[in-house]
Amino acid sequence: MPIFYEQRELVTPGDLIADGDYMAGDSTYKEDDKIYATRVGLVNYEGRRLNVVALKAFYVPNVGDLVIGEVVNVNLGSWNLDIKAPHLATLRASDVLDRSFSPQRDDLPSIFDVEDLMLSKIVACDRTRDPLLTIREPGLGKISGGQVVEITPTKIPRVIGSKGSMVNMLKKETGCQITVCQNGLVLIIGKTIEKERLAIMAIRKIDQEAHTKGLTERVTEMIQKENQGV
Amino acid sequence: MTKKPLTLINKKNIRVDGRKLDELRPIKIELNIIGNANGSAYIEQGKNKILAAVYGPKEVHPRHLALPDRALLRCQYHMSPFSVKERKRPAPSRRETEISKVIRECLSPSIFGEYYPRTSIDIYIEVLEADGGTRCSGIIAASLALADAGIPLRDLVAACAAGKVEEHLVLDLNGPEDNKGTDMPIALMPTFNAVTLLQMNGILTTDEFEQALNLAVKGCEQVYTLQKEALKARYINVKEEVEEE
Amino acid sequence: MTFSTMIMRGRHKQIAQSILSGKRLDGRGLTDYREIKLVTGIIESAEGSARVYLGKTDVIVGIKIGIGEPFPDLPNKGVLTVNSEFRPIASPNFRAGPPGEKSIELSRVVDRGIRESSAVDLEKLCIIPGKKVFVIFIDISILNHDGNLIDASAIASLAALLNTKFSNYEVENDEIKIKTGYTQLPVLNHPITVTVAKIEDKLVIDPSLEEERVIGAKLTITVEDSGNICAIQKSGSDYFNKQLILEAVKLTNEKIGDLRKIIVED
Repeated sequence: MPIFYEQRELVTPGDLIADGDYMAGDSTYKEDDKIYATRVGLVNYEGRRLNVVALKAFYVPNVGDLVIGEVVNVNLGSWNLDIKAPHLATLRASDVLDRSFSPQRDDLPSIFDVEDLMLSKIVACDRTRDPLLTIREPGLGKISGGQVVEITPTKIPRVIGSKGSMVNMLKKETGCQITVCQNGLVLIIGKTIEKERLAIMAIRKIDQEAHTKGLTERVTEMIQKENQGV
Repeated sequence: MTKKPLTLINKKNIRVDGRKLDELRPIKIELNIIGNANGSAYIEQGKNKILAAVYGPKEVHPRHLALPDRALLRCQYHMSPFSVKERKRPAPSRRETEISKVIRECLSPSIFGEYYPRTSIDIYIEVLEADGGTRCSGIIAASLALADAGIPLRDLVAACAAGKVEEHLVLDLNGPEDNKGTDMPIALMPTFNAVTLLQMNGILTTDEFEQALNLAVKGCEQVYTLQKEALKARYINVKEEVEEE
Repeated sequence: MTFSTMIMRGRHKQIAQSILSGKRLDGRGLTDYREIKLVTGIIESAEGSARVYLGKTDVIVGIKIGIGEPFPDLPNKGVLTVNSEFRPIASPNFRAGPPGEKSIELSRVVDRGIRESSAVDLEKLCIIPGKKVFVIFIDISILNHDGNLIDASAIASLAALLNTKFSNYEVENDEIKIKTGYTQLPVLNHPITVTVAKIEDKLVIDPSLEEERVIGAKLTITVEDSGNICAIQKSGSDYFNKQLILEAVKLTNEKIGDLRKIIVED
C-alpha cells in the first residue's frame, strides 16, 4: 500500500496520494483503489481514512449543523437566509410563530427583517431541497449583540479543538461567550469590546495557522500576553 | 495566396521570438486577484495577458436553467476591444461563442459537478491582450481559478497548442505563427491522460498529426507543472511553517 | 472509466449497452452510416443547392452569390461565409432567435473544412482587386434533426458548392455588367468530414439523435483530397485518450472514400 505524500504535505487537485486499502475522506476521491486529492490542501491520515484539509473550500450544509445566516428576503410565510452555502436557506414563519402562519395577522418584516443575523440550526437538507432552518431550540434566534467573525469553514474543527479544548480555552482566557458555527462563522459576545477583539484575534490566528502543531499553546500564550497589556 | 519569404523560423531552427521549436513561451501565473470572485487567476504567456474568474457554486439565475442532478457549468470567453490591433467589437463574436463552448466542455470532466445539484458554476475568461493561443492560456487560468475557488476537481486541466509553421512542427504558437501555420490546441488532464479539448485548422498528414499530438501532450505536461507550482506558491507560507516544525 | 455525469436511465442505458456489445439498436454496426440520400440543384432561386438525408436527419443547403468588398488583408480574394439555422420546424428543442452555440459551432466547423482545404478557388472570385469580389453565402438549414448534423451539413455544403453556377460578367470602367450564361464555381478540393463519437472506449460513426444523448464526446475530422487532415473539432463534455484519437483518425480515413464517391460522383 504505497503512499506518495506524507502527513501534512501540500497537495493540489489530481495528485495521487496513496494506492491501496484506504478510505477516501474529505477533499479526496477514490478510483481503482487509488486516492487522489480534489483540492489544494494538506494531507491528513486518520488511520485508514485519508483526508485533505482544504486550504480553501466553501460550506456545504448538513442536517444538525449550527449556522449563522443573514436574512436576505422576506417572503410570504418565510424568510430566506444567506448561510454562506451554494443555496439560500429557508426559515418558515410557522417555526418562529409556533403556530400556522396567517397572512392577515402576521407581519413578517416586523419579526425579522432583511440584514438581521440569525443563529439557527439546519433541520432538513438534501440534493433536491434547499436547507431548512429552525430557531426552536434554546439559544437560537436573532443575534442582538457581540461580534461575528468569518473563517474558512474547513478550519472550524480546529477552532473547536479535540473535545472542545481550543474553544474552552478561548472562553476561559477571554471571558467571552463563543458560539462556533459549521458554516465558518463564529459569534463572540464579551463583557467589553476589548475582550471581543482579543477573541477575534485569536480565532484569526487559528484560521491562518490551523495546520501547525502546538497551536493551542501558542494561542494561549498570545492571549495571556495581550491580557497583561490590557 | 501570396507567399511571403520564410521568416518565422531561421536556419538554426530558432523562432521569431527566440524560442526553440519545442519551447513554451515564458509563463507567469498569479492567483486570487479578483476579490469579488470565489476564485481567480491571471496568466501571462508571452504577450498573452488573460484573467479568469469563477463564481459559484451558487443559486442559478434564471432559475429554470437549474439541473436536478448536477451543477450547471457556464463559460464566457471574451476579448477586450483593445486586446488586438484592430479594435474588436465588444459584443460576443461567433468565434468567441465557439471558444466558450469548447472551453466549457474541456473543463467539465475535471469538475465534480454532481456534488452540487441545482447550482451554477460560472467561469469568465477575459483576454486583455492577445497574441495567439489565447484559448489555451485561458484554460490554464480558468482551471486554476476553479481550484482557487475550492471547487473539488479530479485534476487540473492543462492546455497547449502544437502546430506546423514553415514545414517545422512547433510548440505553443504565437500570433504570427498561428496566422501563418497550422494550429492544433489541446487540453489535457495529465493524471488520467485525458484529452478534453482538441481542435485543428490547417493541413497535417496523418503522421504529422500524431507527432504534433505527442508534442502538444508534452507541452501540457510542462504547463501542468507550472500550474501546480502556482497553486502551491499561494500557500508557500503554509508549507514553510509546516517544514519548520 | 468515464467522467460523464449523465445519469443513464431506461432507454439511455439500453442504447449504451447495445453500443458496448458492438451492435446498435437500429441494427447497424458501430461504424456504419445510415442510408445517405443526396439530391442537388433543387432550389432554382439559389445559385447552388443540395439536400442530404442521413437516415431521418434532413439538411438543406442553399448557396447565394452576391457582390461585395474583399477583406482589406485579402484584396484579391472572394469572400466565403457559412451560416446555419436550427429552426423550430426541425425539432421541439430548437427555438426561434439568434443562432445558439451549437449552430455557431456547426457553421464554423463546416467553414473550417472548406476554408483550410482551399476547396473554393477564391482568387477566381475577385472582380476588381480591393474593391469588388463575389461573396459566397453558404446557408445551412436543418429541416429534421435526428443526429449527426455536422456530417450531413458538410456533405450538403460540398455537394451544393459542386453544383453552384454564377453569372458571367464583364468589367467596364469599374462597372460590373452581367452577361448571359453561367460559369461553374471553381472547386479545387473536396474536404470530407466524418464525426466519430465515443462511448466508454468504443467509437461510433453517424450517431442518431438518441445515441447522441448517451454519447459524451465526439471528434469531427475533415480530410482533403490528398489524404491530409485539414480540420478537427472535439466537442462534448467527455474526453479522449491518445490511443482513441489515433483510432478515430484511422476510422475516418476508412470512411472518406465512400462519402467522396457519393458527393463527387453524384
